Amino acid sequence: MDFVSILSIFVMACFVGYYVVWSVTPALHTPLMAVTNAISSVIVVGALIASAAAGSPLAKWLGLGAVVLASVNIFGGFAVTERMLAMYKKKDKPAGKGGK
Amino acid sequence: METHAVNPWVAAAYLVAGVCFILALRGLSSPATSRAGNRYGMFGMAIALVTTLITHEIASLPEIIGAIAIGGGIGFVIARRIQMTAMPQLVAAFHSLVGLAAVLVAVAAFLNPDAFGILGADGNILNVSRVEMALGAAIGAITFSGSVIAFAKLNGNMSGSPILLPARHVINLGTLVLIIALTAMFAVAAHAGPGESPLFWVVVALSFAIGFLLIIPIGGADMPVVVSMLNSYSGWAAAAMGFTLHNTAMIITGALVGSSGAILSYIMCKAMNRSFLSVIAGGFGADAGGGGGGEAKEQRPWKRGSAEDAAFLMKEAENVIIIPGYGMAVAQAQHALREMTDLLKEHGVNVKFAIHPVAGRMPGHMNVLLAEASVPYDEVFELEDIQSEFAQADVAFIIGANDVVNPAAKTDKSSPIYGMPVFDVDKAKTIFFIKRSMGGQGYAGVDNDVFYMDQTMMLLSDAKKMVEEINKSLTD
Repeated sequence: MDFVSILSIFVMACFVGYYVVWSVTPALHTPLMAVTNAISSVIVVGALIASAAAGSPLAKWLGLGAVVLASVNIFGGFAVTERMLAMYKKKDKPAGKGGK
Repeated sequence: METHAVNPWVAAAYLVAGVCFILALRGLSSPATSRAGNRYGMFGMAIALVTTLITHEIASLPEIIGAIAIGGGIGFVIARRIQMTAMPQLVAAFHSLVGLAAVLVAVAAFLNPDAFGILGADGNILNVSRVEMALGAAIGAITFSGSVIAFAKLNGNMSGSPILLPARHVINLGTLVLIIALTAMFAVAAHAGPGESPLFWVVVALSFAIGFLLIIPIGGADMPVVVSMLNSYSGWAAAAMGFTLHNTAMIITGALVGSSGAILSYIMCKAMNRSFLSVIAGGFGADAGGGGGGEAKEQRPWKRGSAEDAAFLMKEAENVIIIPGYGMAVAQAQHALREMTDLLKEHGVNVKFAIHPVAGRMPGHMNVLLAEASVPYDEVFELEDIQSEFAQADVAFIIGANDVVNPAAKTDKSSPIYGMPVFDVDKAKTIFFIKRSMGGQGYAGVDNDVFYMDQTMMLLSDAKKMVEEINKSLTD
């Protein structure tokens, strides 16, 4: 891929992000931050490439370190988002509670 | 300029991962679809991980699996154990990890460019890649050190009040300009083989410093903006590394996260009627508690209420609106508060929650705490949706909030919070205001006329204790 096609993907993705994020309900802004945190750890791809490559031992260990950090985020981020989202519940059936 | 061939299937897999991440955010448009969205996110991440593992020559699979297991295990345990009130700190800590990971990846790419396919034929790293790498490392470093400070402030390891260095604007601007200039020099340097140019290291070091310097002057209540901003940076760092690796999943994700954080910062700034620049410049609330509002210094009469008064009046009320703020989180009063609403509902009272966008220490902080206490999300309302209902409200119950109900924001042009949208609590027939004491004045350090209104009763106590007492009188 040349630079311009990559840039095009990037610019389009910014627009998609803009519209998608505005549609997120304010009540879910905290889970939004947690999940964006988790997905930004896709940087693990770069970390894996670094740790997989032969050539520079230092680069390899840095890569492994980055894999650990990103994994904390991936597992922690998705798990904590899941935990939060499970708490959001609608009003339970109106029956039972006496109205006026 | 391309040195490595991209397998179209691999590119397609990363694209699918990117689309899954878009769907993950899309799901958050409503609580009903949000969990499916989160699954998409996990699925996308699994695709990205597996694709990378099977398409690269893995020198040491056990080591990599071990690294994922260690990191994943730590993350999972933290996610299980963390208290919901500590969510802002947790998010800040997670941001710092993304930032540091980005720096490590950029440094690894700098030391071993061949593995990333960015080594030119002349033995130097490609010029464009140098810019992307340096930017990725710089943004990552800023994210890291900034998030560490934000974490320390939110977690109470460091005072939440702004720390103001003399000439900080000059230092900060100078450092930023220097980072950009050095990045440009690095991009065109004649000798830039693997690990060769010292300019790269200077850029990284300066970026760590600037992240630190940028956040220390920013006070606790501006943290929602800071946390959102660092969220955005962590995205841009991932995007920059995505450019280096020509990886669509990273680029799409980076753009999504970057815009998400930027939009949240914008929403937070607007909810405080402050410009992004003024928040970043910091120092707001520096003299909180010191000077206070000038003309409000003389003792004004106010009424003290009791838990019994509150219980009695709310029981008889038709509509009650509860306005929670950071104080509720500090006192962990959300569960007691939910109990109170249940008791009131048994008396046929219509109870609603009103949430200001900047209530708490991060966007949506109050909503999560109320959800944790099993308050149904359709009883929780945003500012613009509930504003008109205060006129019909019999009771406005303010717990741990202050600036977001201060009418000075509407009337007093000289007030630091002037122009900030606030709840029209003064339209309610009765106001209960839970506060620790009459001494402390909101974060902005301004006096609040609501304290002295005829229909206001101050409930001076710890928020949780007061609500528990009210619950006791409600059940009697």
